[in-house]
Amino acid sequence: MQFMLLFSRQGKLRLQKWYVPLSDKEKKKITRELVQTVLARKPKMCSFLEWRDLKVVYKRYASLYFCCAVEVQDNELITLEIIHRYVELLDKYFGSVCELDIIFNFEKAYFILDEFLLGGEAQETSKKNVLKAIEQADLLQEVRHKTLRRREFLWHGHISLTRQIPGPEQNMVMLVIY
Amino acid sequence: MSDVVEKTLTALPSLLSLDSQPGSAKLSSTSKLGALIRGITELTSKHEEEKLIQRELASLKDQVSSPNTSMRQMKEAMVRAIYCEMLGYEASFSYIHAIKLAQQGSILDKRVGYLAVTLFLNENHELLLLLVNTVLKPNVPQRYDTCNTPLVEEKLNHPKEIIRRKAVLALYKFYLIAPNQVQHIHNRFRKALCDKDPGVMFASLHIYLQMIKGYKDLTASFVTILKQVVSGKLPMDFNYHSVPAPWLQIQLLRILSILGKNDQSTSEIMYDVLDESLKRAEINHNITYAILYECVKCIYTIYPKTDLLEKAAKCIGNFVLSSKINLKYLGLKALTYVVQQDPKLALQHQMTIIECLDHPDVIIKRETLELLFRITNAQNITVIVEKMLEFLHQSKDDHTTIDLVGKVAEIAEKYPLQTMNTVFSLGGDMIQPDIPNSFLKLLSEGFESEEENKKLRLFAVDSYILLLEGETRNLPQRFLQVISWVLGEYSHLRNDLDPARVMTLLTKLLEMRQTSSETKTWVLMAMTKLCSGEASVSIARSVCEDLSSSMDTVQRQRAHELLLLSQDRALRSQLLPLCSDPEPLEVDSSLSFLDAFVSEALAAGAAPYKPPHQRQEELAQQKALSLEPYELSLPINMSSSCVTGRQSPTLMSVSSGLSGDSAELSHKGGSTTLKLEGVKRVWGREGYLSKKEPVEEVAQAEIPSPLSSPNQHTGASGTSSNTHPPIPTPEPEQEKQQLASSLFVGLGSQSSLCLVRADIYSTQDVPSHSVAVFQYSLSVIRPVVHFEVMGMLSYQSSHKSHEVEFTYKLPLTNFIRPFTVSTEQYGAMWLAFSNDTKQNLNLVTDGQDSLTDTLNVLKGKLNLHIVEIIGMEGIVACRLAQDQPCLLHCHIHAGTLAVWLRSPVPDLPDSLLYHCQRALEGT
Repeated sequence: MQFMLLFSRQGKLRLQKWYVPLSDKEKKKITRELVQTVLARKPKMCSFLEWRDLKVVYKRYASLYFCCAVEVQDNELITLEIIHRYVELLDKYFGSVCELDIIFNFEKAYFILDEFLLGGEAQETSKKNVLKAIEQADLLQEVRHKTLRRREFLWHGHISLTRQIPGPEQNMVMLVIY
Repeated sequence: MSDVVEKTLTALPSLLSLDSQPGSAKLSSTSKLGALIRGITELTSKHEEEKLIQRELASLKDQVSSPNTSMRQMKEAMVRAIYCEMLGYEASFSYIHAIKLAQQGSILDKRVGYLAVTLFLNENHELLLLLVNTVLKPNVPQRYDTCNTPLVEEKLNHPKEIIRRKAVLALYKFYLIAPNQVQHIHNRFRKALCDKDPGVMFASLHIYLQMIKGYKDLTASFVTILKQVVSGKLPMDFNYHSVPAPWLQIQLLRILSILGKNDQSTSEIMYDVLDESLKRAEINHNITYAILYECVKCIYTIYPKTDLLEKAAKCIGNFVLSSKINLKYLGLKALTYVVQQDPKLALQHQMTIIECLDHPDVIIKRETLELLFRITNAQNITVIVEKMLEFLHQSKDDHTTIDLVGKVAEIAEKYPLQTMNTVFSLGGDMIQPDIPNSFLKLLSEGFESEEENKKLRLFAVDSYILLLEGETRNLPQRFLQVISWVLGEYSHLRNDLDPARVMTLLTKLLEMRQTSSETKTWVLMAMTKLCSGEASVSIARSVCEDLSSSMDTVQRQRAHELLLLSQDRALRSQLLPLCSDPEPLEVDSSLSFLDAFVSEALAAGAAPYKPPHQRQEELAQQKALSLEPYELSLPINMSSSCVTGRQSPTLMSVSSGLSGDSAELSHKGGSTTLKLEGVKRVWGREGYLSKKEPVEEVAQAEIPSPLSSPNQHTGASGTSSNTHPPIPTPEPEQEKQQLASSLFVGLGSQSSLCLVRADIYSTQDVPSHSVAVFQYSLSVIRPVVHFEVMGMLSYQSSHKSHEVEFTYKLPLTNFIRPFTVSTEQYGAMWLAFSNDTKQNLNLVTDGQDSLTDTLNVLKGKLNLHIVEIIGMEGIVACRLAQDQPCLLHCHIHAGTLAVWLRSPVPDLPDSLLYHCQRALEGT
């Protein structure tokens, strides 16, 4: 994988991870163009793009777009599953994840990503193991993050989060923001 | 703003109060980030955001450089710095502190430090070296330390599998960066492959995928691993949605496909396991499709086995027919991949492919084109290229365009003729002039084999003859030019083809009204090459007769050549040898071979050559050129401006009366219009018919009275005098109008270098002592700064014939009319026009309101319509014909009048601007 970008429906960058060395200027240019291209696509269109000489795989979860650029010979569908597994991880960690969790705790989102992908390759595909590693790190902190408490609060404050929707695809986690 | 943000805003205050509760001191660190984020969401403009972030960065800078900042605060500051960088603001001051944090903090602080470092620094950053030293301390290897292989190697023996796994991945990265440096530890990789932990084994596959070629002996091991994985021998941890280790499976399949490529014995080892994989992957989930897709790719890459291929083909079919768009895309992609081996597969899915060609998703469309591109053959090429060009027209993305153009070119190499024919007839006159040129070059220089060349040329001749026999009216000019060149050059290759037949076809082109004069010269040239044999010569003769009186000198010249060469066989074969060598001609651009001629002429008293611009300058300086409306005796000023060098493509048609009003105008502007320095465009000139004037000068003097009639001013377009009540001469007039219009239509030859003159003789008798008035109207087809009207008058007096040439120059302003529009209409039109030009002009500064004054001057001199003036801006409109408007937007800028002209007519803004400049110069 060459890089991963998370951005909102408004085109705001929420997370970026680059696995290839690029200058800041190039990164910015790529981000800008790619965000534009992806946002312009309609919901019924396919999740793959041949963009420049890269293959871009993206998927939208609620208000967030997860977007990966992979090498041409890579498998598109498995890349979609990488995205999905990452969302599952976030979801498990944050309870039921929403965009705000990622905005306010983006360093956590990075840590989870780093446990899951190393150097752009899926390194630990077990959900359990990744979360264990993160939780161990959290335990090291004298006081645990109050993230969960905060989340509950947000939940009462009109923002509903994730919920499980049984559908054709089992265990598919949907992010829903009301 | 989105719902999310709104909700956030409502939620935030309570959130913050929560943060400030005692006992949740820990949250205060994140609350600073929270406050920052909230602050940003409240802002309405980019500018405000910038201000806020700059403030934030300044306070961050203070904080990180202060010695009192604790590690925890530092960590928090780092998180904010990362956030600012993500928004696109530079926080380079924090880089060094990020490294410090990675060095000194607790394990958690280190983590943030490393995170910041990986996000901040790129490969070439100078701080990286510092980081490498840092990394030597903690036990998790980072991917930046390129020179630390021994250290990482050590970690390969670490008792914990997660560390071993990360070490292997780190080595993989080293391998990607510098393969030579890890060469000595290849056996270590093998050890990793045999590691008791499947995770470590999985990690090692990344390396093997890169350098698998040298490890054929491992095929059996990989097959065994895959078998174990497929049959679910791995721990449950590796399952993903109840599919065993899909990542591992896919990685293995990729390795196998590389190993089995073009290698039958290796491929045979893996047939079983591939079959097994296909069977197992039946659950309806994305991840199984991913495995299936990889499996199919593998099956088609390795040495083929029939029943596996059948199964794979069925899989592809399922993909293509799937209602899920992602699968459809992959199906098409797989088809593209396999279609060269198995074109029938594409046939099966014909209908789906056709549907996909019109799919609303461009990605699908493009993939379909890619597929079609792979199955291009001589029969379907026309349609495919057509589709590709169609897509090209709509495509806005440069990358796609370049890619597609490359593909069209690739097809063109395989099937040059068919492709280029399609490109020509579709691209029409839009295509760049060098495309037909390079195509002709390709034809004449040809390929390696002489046999191929001949075949290609013969094919070209045949197909073009066929084309010409059909409907030729819609063929683009450039294509006609190519056709005539090819026929002229290569018709002789086909022995059974009678040149006279080709000649007849070509004559048809000459007679077509649509054929431009440039094309006609190509056709004539081809005829010159062709005319051998009795029949051809007679065709040539009749063509020459027709064209010898052409308005276009180039055509006349060519026709003349044709006539001469068709009669002189020896000269023709010398000039135009049948199989011309592609040896490059040497062009002597200095025309040195004419030196002798020039010096001879100079010695004989000829004036030295002056380039056109110099001539014009001199003319302008003299200002002696009379532009008075012609009196009864025609002022004879022809020679002064007969030769004005290059001809610009000027199209005019003459068909109804020049009003006296415009003649007057031209007179007014006359003193200045001839200054032409700095004008790039060289104007064109038109010859046109003038009347025979049987009136002797003596007689003319006696008839002053009718001259006061406005008609007299039309002398510009050729006047004879008539004292008696105007004798209507409707017949010849009509005839002339027709003649004239047909004369000027299509007179746009870009290559005509000579003076254009009218050689039409009218033989109408006008009784002596009379004035005949003829009116013509000129309408501009292509604007230039000045139009030149030329004519010749011949008359007889006492059985002696006289000829008088005259030229008359009409500035563009004669054709400009005010254009009355409303501001709204103006606004709507403005955006629609594509030709524009901008310039700063002088202002009229004597009055109080210089803008109004200036625009009034323009209005007076150029006949423009002022639409509206608001403050420092004014909009003005004018037009040539009904549908040829030109809009001017003027505003005062730094003491000058900045004018912006727009028009749908090319060249009109430039030409008009010139006159605006002139009009304001005198003031």
